[in-house]
Amino acid sequence: MKYAYFPGCSLKGTGRAYEESLVPVLRHLGVELQELEDWNCCGATAYMAVDEGKACAAAARNLALAEQTGLRQMLAPCSACYLVLNKAQHYLNEYPAMRQVVGRALQSVGLQCNGDTVVRHPLDVLVNDIGLEAIRQKVTHPLHGLKVAPYYGCQIVRPYATFDDQANPTSMDRLLEALGATVVRWPLKTKCCGGSLTGTLPEAGLRLSYILLKEARKRGADVIATVCPLCQFNLDSYHPQIAARWEPVRLPTVYFSQLMGLAFGLPAEQTVLHRGMVRFHPPPVPAPAGAEKP
Amino acid sequence: MNRPNDIRIGFYVCHCGHNIAAMVDCPAVAQYVGTLPGVVLSRDYKYMCSDPGQELIRQDIREFGLNRVVVASCSPLLHEQTFRSAVEAAGLNPFYFHMVNIREHNSWVHTDRIRATEKARALARAAIERVVHHKPLEIVKVPIHPDVLVVGGGIAGIHAALTLANAGKKVYLVEREPSIGGHMAKFDKTFPTLDCAACILTPKMSEVGSHPNITLWSYSEVVKVDGFVGNYTVQVKRKARYIHEDLCTGCQDCIAHCVYKEPKFEDLFNEGLGKRKPVYIPFPQATPQVVLIDPEVCLNFKRNKNPDGTPIVSDKCKKTCVEACGEKRAIDFTQKDEIREIKVGTILVCTGFKTFDARRVPAYGYGIYPNVYTALEVERLVNASGPTGGEVLLREGKNPDGTPRKPRSIGIIHCVGSRDKKTNLWCSRVCCMYSMKLAHLLKEHTGAEIYNFYIDIRTPGKGYEEFYNKLLEEGTHFIRGRVGEVTDWAMTPEEEGKLVIRVEDTLAGVVRRIPVDMVVLATGLEPQADAPEVRRLFNMSCGGDGWFLERHPKLAPVNTFTDGVFLAGCCQGPKDIPDTVAQAGAAAAEALALIDRGYVEQEPNTAYILEQECSGCKSCLPLCPYTAILFDEGRQKAYINEALCKGCGTCVGSCPSGSIVQKLFEDQEIFSEIAGVLAGEPAPAEPS
Amino acid sequence: MNTASASVPRDWSPRIVAFFCNWCTYTAADLAGVSRLKYAPNVRIIRLMCSGRVDPQFVLDALSRGADGVLIGGCHPGDCHYVEGNYKMLRRYQLLKRMLADLGIEEPRVRLEWISAAEGEKVQRVINEMTEQIKALGPLALPQKFAEWDREVIALARELRARDAAAGPCPDRAAPAQPVEALHA
Repeated sequence: MKYAYFPGCSLKGTGRAYEESLVPVLRHLGVELQELEDWNCCGATAYMAVDEGKACAAAARNLALAEQTGLRQMLAPCSACYLVLNKAQHYLNEYPAMRQVVGRALQSVGLQCNGDTVVRHPLDVLVNDIGLEAIRQKVTHPLHGLKVAPYYGCQIVRPYATFDDQANPTSMDRLLEALGATVVRWPLKTKCCGGSLTGTLPEAGLRLSYILLKEARKRGADVIATVCPLCQFNLDSYHPQIAARWEPVRLPTVYFSQLMGLAFGLPAEQTVLHRGMVRFHPPPVPAPAGAEKP
Repeated sequence: MNRPNDIRIGFYVCHCGHNIAAMVDCPAVAQYVGTLPGVVLSRDYKYMCSDPGQELIRQDIREFGLNRVVVASCSPLLHEQTFRSAVEAAGLNPFYFHMVNIREHNSWVHTDRIRATEKARALARAAIERVVHHKPLEIVKVPIHPDVLVVGGGIAGIHAALTLANAGKKVYLVEREPSIGGHMAKFDKTFPTLDCAACILTPKMSEVGSHPNITLWSYSEVVKVDGFVGNYTVQVKRKARYIHEDLCTGCQDCIAHCVYKEPKFEDLFNEGLGKRKPVYIPFPQATPQVVLIDPEVCLNFKRNKNPDGTPIVSDKCKKTCVEACGEKRAIDFTQKDEIREIKVGTILVCTGFKTFDARRVPAYGYGIYPNVYTALEVERLVNASGPTGGEVLLREGKNPDGTPRKPRSIGIIHCVGSRDKKTNLWCSRVCCMYSMKLAHLLKEHTGAEIYNFYIDIRTPGKGYEEFYNKLLEEGTHFIRGRVGEVTDWAMTPEEEGKLVIRVEDTLAGVVRRIPVDMVVLATGLEPQADAPEVRRLFNMSCGGDGWFLERHPKLAPVNTFTDGVFLAGCCQGPKDIPDTVAQAGAAAAEALALIDRGYVEQEPNTAYILEQECSGCKSCLPLCPYTAILFDEGRQKAYINEALCKGCGTCVGSCPSGSIVQKLFEDQEIFSEIAGVLAGEPAPAEPS
Repeated sequence: MNTASASVPRDWSPRIVAFFCNWCTYTAADLAGVSRLKYAPNVRIIRLMCSGRVDPQFVLDALSRGADGVLIGGCHPGDCHYVEGNYKMLRRYQLLKRMLADLGIEEPRVRLEWISAAEGEKVQRVINEMTEQIKALGPLALPQKFAEWDREVIALARELRARDAAAGPCPDRAAPAQPVEALHA
């Protein structure tokens, strides 16, 4: 299995723990990634709001680069990238006028975008291409007893529910169960983390982060598992501010790929748990079955 | 092609007010047809189906000696019969008439008047060419079997069966469940009058049970239907209930003496809110008053089954039930499913609906939060004979003293599984009213604050709007907006432990969070899961939404496309009890009209074989699904039993020697029609 | 038969003959009307009781009389009012398709569609699609072609006869040649 790979800027910066943990996990499962050469910013959601044409063109440049690889499927782990690339693809295929604008822009740099690369999310690839059974077989250190709140964020199932249910996605739940973890049932799987409002309008943004942390803790979660660099950043970085405004809710937030690495028994430099601000201490590996404690 | 001599055709093109005339130049069509050979008269007229229009045809036949008539108007499925009768009234054989559809197939679907007119000319020309070859045909009268089959024992089936039985007809009422009563039997009260559902339904159920003209087969399903209007042969599977219905007196001693001291198994009549034993009676007023045994859980049956799916008796149980039954000897563990065959002339399909599965909208939390209920569950909760004896007690949460808690605030969400692109597009018609009924009943039972969340309140019915006003006065809150989600995460300390309804209040223009103890989902109505199979069984059609299709939405609302099969109740589409009963009465009346006439007229479009042409190849024999084609071994020729022939023409299209003729659809007639639509100038191009 | 050529008259528009079964497709066309769905006016519908009645000769006859396409509509498999007439049609249609291909008649010109009584929109879609497809193919114009081929054959025969006459009597052919025109009368 080989996919083109669009890391996006977060995975090289604030979200580097995501890339540092995801790539080894996928390699461990026999997945090869080919990073696009000379990729550019996806445009993120902000650019789309300002100028759809230019935003689409920026995103489509990456799709055009992906098409050049001949791989047809591209992995985009960051939620914003995943959404924006899918949206650009959708616009190109649905709106001829947009296709024209983007086509002209790409032509000026000698590129062409047919709009036939499938942009995939790692969860989609893990659950539907690799399969839970294959994953289960790689688990050497099952996460028994670990209570995880799966947090999908707002972007990977909305508006495009390509691989999971919009209101109640379950792919990460099933993945975590395959790792041996206990999944915390909560209704905030796809609620907003505050997004960029945590920085611009903290009163509103932080409140949303606080609710997520508070509800996860209330339901007994040891850790929140996320798929999005911004969600991870928001839930991980503002604990002092949240404690000052409401109450302390110290709960670690990690990428699902870090938990996979743990369950696969990958070395610490590939699970990169030290990057978290609220440090996640994995539970001790349980004694093998049958062995009695002295 | 040989052309009969002395053809005198009268042609009429109908304006249908503006319906046709706006898109087709009717005078021009009439003028054109007037020039065709054999046409002695060509007219256009405003409404051909009106009395004066029909009279015009009759007069012309007499005055001008017409011997063929063609009318270009609407669909023959609508008015072919009207015009045939008009022609017949003037003494002409009705099959010398032919109809051209220039409304449904032309004026209503086109936008270019010139091309629509050209198409009308072509279609008219085809009919003129065709009608020349028409032959006089005799309508065959087939006697009708007076017995009636009613499928489904909900309020529709009950009302229809009683109407027919009271008119002296023998009725077979077949119900899949162990008791008749359907959904109505589960309701507590009925809107808008708030009569107790059981009080008005139970007498009708008992009447069915004791009516000398009604054979009630509950726990039975129709498995096969053969034949045609007036003469249906139906096979009914009578499922084994392990009780001899004729011996059981309904004393229920067996239930009391079952080895299970306490009820333990899911009681589906109570929507799973209550429990029952392996031997049970669905509800106190069940009709017939006969118990049944569930082999899935009864200890006297093994958990594994025979290869054909029938249960195996284990004889492990102490059989205290048999002891209790004693001399009556009604219990029989060896009972098997049984197929009974009956003959009936007409069939009424009243198979009802199923409620929308609320799990399909996960955002509303049904199946996730115990205190989210469906409306049907609440019907059972508020019902005095329900699992809680009429007390509204929450599934989750206890009072400090350990007793189950009553809700202090309740949200009722309308349109769950209705008016939604993601689930069902249709309005289920009853939910607004039953939601308000439940609001009233819940307030009465609990005194709770009640919030209704609606998209639109739809109360089109006698006394319905008044009921809505009454609810408003009672202080029930109505919030207009489609609920986004039901959740249990708290924004404030007051919300902790509650279900929070998040909704945009579209009248106030704000997003609201309303914490409540209990959420009721007003689930919509859906076609039964097995509607596609039932549809095939009775040779009916389904609309795109899955409801059974009536023959005409306005003029034949209880007929189907199969003669002698009628519809009533929610299987045809969502409706309330008054409409269901009215429709059941209508379906019964339609059946009675057929039966009391005593015969059906069969369209004479049957096939026959030209004996001298038949080569005896037998290729037609296996094609006929009605085995109407037989073979005369002596003469080595096939022949058709026209009483069995349904007139599809499949054998005609397949005969290698062209020796089979279908009346009214003879080769020559169809070839003439083809020549007719293609004769003349090619169609003009559309204006660019 | 590659007919899309420069000789297509400017005002040409396809003529399609449709054979619709009474119970499903004809009713669906009625529904399209009642629903006021708009579609191309190129189809002329002939009502039969069942698609099983469609004799392949109807299709060939329509084409040979100048139809540019033929559409056959029946109930969905399993839904036939007469149990299985539509299956019988399907069998014939498969054979007919091969024959049409051998004749060089393009596949889109003869189409079989299952359209239930509830599918007014499908009637609209199929008719519009088929009209567009046949527009792209151009006229079939079989009657004109028959006339043209007849002329060619007659001319060829005349030429051969003239050549024979010039070459003198042929010892192999005892019988006198028939007048060619008589064969195509």
